[in-house]
Amino acid sequence: MAECHPVGFQWVMEAKARGAKVIHIDPRFTRTSAVADTHVPIRAGSDIAFLGAIINYILSTEKYFHDYVVAYTNAATLVSEDFVDVDDLDGVFSGYDPETGTYDTSSWSYEGVGEHSAGGGPASDPAKDDEGGEEKGGGSGATGGSESEESESDRSAGYEMGGHGASLDHSEVRRDETLQHPRTVFQVLKRHFARYTPEMVQETCGISPEQLLEVCEAVTANSGRDKTTAWVYSVGWTHHTVGVQMIRTSAIIQLLLGNMGRPGGGIMALRGHASIQGSTDIPTLFNLLPGYLPMPKVGPHDSLDEYVAEIASPDQKGFWVNAKSYTVSLLKAWWGDAATEENDFAFGYMPRLTGDHGTYATVMSMLRDEIDGYFLLGQNPAVGSAHGKMQRMGLSHLKWLVVRDLNLIESATFWSDAPEIETGELKTDEIDTEVFFFPAASHVEKGGTFTQTQRMLQWHHKAVDPPGDAQSELEFFYLLGQKIRQRLAGSTDDRDRPILDLTWDYPLDEDGEISAEAVLAEINGFHLSGDKAGQPLNTFNEMKPDGSTSGGCWIYTGVFADGVNQAMRRKPGREQSWVAPEWGWAWPMNRRTLYNRASADPEGKPWSEKKAYVWWDEEAKKWTGHDVPDFEVGKAPSYRPEEGASGPDGLAGDDPFIMQADGKGWLYAPAGLLDGPMPTHYEPQESPVSNPMYRQQANPTREVFPRKDNYQNPSGDEPGVELYPYVFTTYRLTEHHTAGGMSRFQPYLSELQPEFFCEVSPELARERGLENLGWATIISARTAIEARVLVTERVTPLRIAGRTVHQIGLPYHWGQGDQALVSGDSANDLFGVTLDANVHIQETKVASCDIQPGRRPRGPALLEYVAAHRARAGVTLATGNEHRTPPEDAEGKHRRVTRDDLDGDVIGGPDGATGAKGSMNKQERS
Amino acid sequence: MDIKKTFLEWPVLRQLTGGDPLGRGNAVQSPRTRAITPRTATADKVVQSVCPYCAVGCGQRVFVKDGHVTQIEGDPDSPVSRGRLCPKGSASEQLVNSPGRATTMLYRRPRSRQWERIGVEQATDMIADRMVESRRKRWQDTDDEGRPLRRTMGIAALGGATLDNEENYLIKKLFTALGAIQIENQARI
Repeated sequence: MAECHPVGFQWVMEAKARGAKVIHIDPRFTRTSAVADTHVPIRAGSDIAFLGAIINYILSTEKYFHDYVVAYTNAATLVSEDFVDVDDLDGVFSGYDPETGTYDTSSWSYEGVGEHSAGGGPASDPAKDDEGGEEKGGGSGATGGSESEESESDRSAGYEMGGHGASLDHSEVRRDETLQHPRTVFQVLKRHFARYTPEMVQETCGISPEQLLEVCEAVTANSGRDKTTAWVYSVGWTHHTVGVQMIRTSAIIQLLLGNMGRPGGGIMALRGHASIQGSTDIPTLFNLLPGYLPMPKVGPHDSLDEYVAEIASPDQKGFWVNAKSYTVSLLKAWWGDAATEENDFAFGYMPRLTGDHGTYATVMSMLRDEIDGYFLLGQNPAVGSAHGKMQRMGLSHLKWLVVRDLNLIESATFWSDAPEIETGELKTDEIDTEVFFFPAASHVEKGGTFTQTQRMLQWHHKAVDPPGDAQSELEFFYLLGQKIRQRLAGSTDDRDRPILDLTWDYPLDEDGEISAEAVLAEINGFHLSGDKAGQPLNTFNEMKPDGSTSGGCWIYTGVFADGVNQAMRRKPGREQSWVAPEWGWAWPMNRRTLYNRASADPEGKPWSEKKAYVWWDEEAKKWTGHDVPDFEVGKAPSYRPEEGASGPDGLAGDDPFIMQADGKGWLYAPAGLLDGPMPTHYEPQESPVSNPMYRQQANPTREVFPRKDNYQNPSGDEPGVELYPYVFTTYRLTEHHTAGGMSRFQPYLSELQPEFFCEVSPELARERGLENLGWATIISARTAIEARVLVTERVTPLRIAGRTVHQIGLPYHWGQGDQALVSGDSANDLFGVTLDANVHIQETKVASCDIQPGRRPRGPALLEYVAAHRARAGVTLATGNEHRTPPEDAEGKHRRVTRDDLDGDVIGGPDGATGAKGSMNKQERS
Repeated sequence: MDIKKTFLEWPVLRQLTGGDPLGRGNAVQSPRTRAITPRTATADKVVQSVCPYCAVGCGQRVFVKDGHVTQIEGDPDSPVSRGRLCPKGSASEQLVNSPGRATTMLYRRPRSRQWERIGVEQATDMIADRMVESRRKRWQDTDDEGRPLRRTMGIAALGGATLDNEENYLIKKLFTALGAIQIENQARI
């Protein structure tokens, strides 16, 4: 955090000055570790084992916050007797289908509630992926071998739980508040995590029992009525094939310790881009509409009523039951008068999904020549996405590419300076892609809002005009939309109605450009009829399902409350309370801490005076406090719903998790996840360590892509694992920003961190003959890259399963190109593409590799060098790509997979690639 | 500098007699330093902004003179950042003014080895033409069972985590109306 969010870290230091203990769990020693009370070096990717042991400690020592757990979580709820845990099924939960690598999640449900429809999960969404996208063959880069068709088709398009919990069919559940029934969530959890012992942590994470105990004691001692503990994570938890479950494990700890919805508690997702939270809330994501409404899928969402019924059961509790009002208001915002009750409010104008249309699936479509045009908007996938080569080869298959950026990033210039030009895989004269580079306006050259990491919108004002040809995205897309509408004007084709009926008349500002404030007002929404017609909505509770209101993103409703741009508020922090409610505006409803009803006890009194935040005022008969209460303000703690009540009325006065279908925090997820109702440890996709928990090596639901441009290193006890014996992880440096588009072009920042390097321990340096400031080549089954060597004790060798496991650290900011002030090999080129099943995020925080002294081979020799290394390891298309780990052979080893033909495994390369046989050039050390 | 040099101007004397015994302020100020004015003092206007790098959301003050950004500093009013900026935020003036910043519209023809200059209007027209054509060519009305798909698979997009909410909103709205679904963001990466 001190490295990547340094100014946010000042608050950690404030807390430390007031006595807080700071614990830093990270494979590398950083500026955060330097000021932490304890640094816990962990093997990258083993977080569930570590966190699971904390859960085991909390449960076995009975240090959980009993009153909070019983009242506010689903600990007392009974689980279906059909549920079978991983220990009885050698590493998979009940309902697993090894053919498709997916689960039928119905056995995970609560008792007596029936089958869950979880936002289009496999249990309820048998829609087959029958688009042309999975046809094999095609372009030269696509040598077949996408994920199997069955596997792909059984996956939903991912889950959309950013603003609410998963759906339950009914509000009634069976509970045992003594927590003694063997099928209560509490007892299921206790059994599940019993195996997460200190010894298991040592074997899995390389962390000693003493250090684990220190963390367990610190976390539990600092939680309860008087104290709260916060967990902070970033992409160190998301860039994994078990990323969602890592965060779930942390959520279980926080719920058991009563740290959710309370000041100083919570789980802080530190996001890395100015408005990355905003671009999830108002998504440019394939599976979401604004406000976490799912994009419609073919089949279950053919009509508006089917869509609404499927995403939120009318019988469930909580505010998500109003999803129809939010959906209809969005449709009214987009299609105005053309959206009527008679035509389902133009719901039919929406395109439909049939599977995973995420960014990696899209790149594979490019390689099959199925995509003509691609827009890159402040994004540099040639450097910033996993498997840089696949990205760049994808770009070369496009008919046209639009890059809008501040600088000539590598994704804009790949046709002249991509590394594949040097290796001969691409030739400038043969790349047919037309490239349009549009210079973009910077943040001071346009007005608008960013949503920062705690859901707060802040308006940034325009200071100057954009220089030269530069333009904001707002102005560009507004004009582009006009031009497309002009071209289609008069069309009688039904498919053009959505674009011709689109509300696209925006007022212009004083500079003659589209008014960003008018767009924000549309996002907020309006009353469309009645006395208040034309007035902005003040809260999303005013939204109606009958077409009388509009609103482009229901969770943002209120940002224009009273017709005032609330995101523009800048009352100085020193002139207001510590919650600072008058600086910017946070969704929902300017609440700064979500689910803050939980900061009071079931009777509505603060858990302690010290931690008072929001409480029930018995005299005024309302909720009050330091923040906007995240609860119906007049609902008394003693309120109990009538039997069968649903929606907001179904929530009792002590159900704080108002967006959950049962009003409770979920220790166990009966629906909503694709890879298990509880977290369980799996090894990363590429790991030199065998899973110590069970035979199943990696997440059995991960999305794998057995393609000849995506070979995977052997793992665990597979033959050849010794050829890729080390773990590597990637990270940021304070002085650079992601793929470098906003830092490697600036003189100050480039001077501060000029060159790509790898961090290795002195022990590893000795083992491999690496010299400080010399060169090293790091090798995976995809490619080999070179970096300057930094030998440092910041990297700790770990003792795991009786041997030493070395980790290598790689900052990922550099890329090969001619335009930036500093360039270098890209760490992301080392990775293959393997995705988390829930959210389709790639595993780029851990993989395995080899490291050798000296620079990498040049030209076509690089390809031969990588292929030779792979051949020595016996890598085949099946390596690492089997969902279910096969049984062991007679010698207790991984059953060797059928060796496929390794010919032609140089993707897109020239026939008979020439050049010296790939031997490492060890002479070129500096 | 034309300040007369007398022994009274010696720093050590100023340090001993001038209320700056540690020699950290006026006592060691040179005539040249005394004569310079900070850019922040001569700005025509100061505009409140937000740092465009990570998602902490630090407040910035943008100093403008003669229509140009002359300095960007932390905003002490912000309850998030209390006036502080990290190395990247502090360097954001160079994000705006770096001499290497690309401010010209560029076009590369198929198989060409170089960029050429074209107008923004012309380029936008060319893209509108290609959008309409690619959309039509890759259109899917229904699936095999006759259920509506109403989409095109010919156009994709990636980006937007440093864009404004209003911009992402307009992008999603336009692409969805066109039937383009492969719209993605750094938020997935």
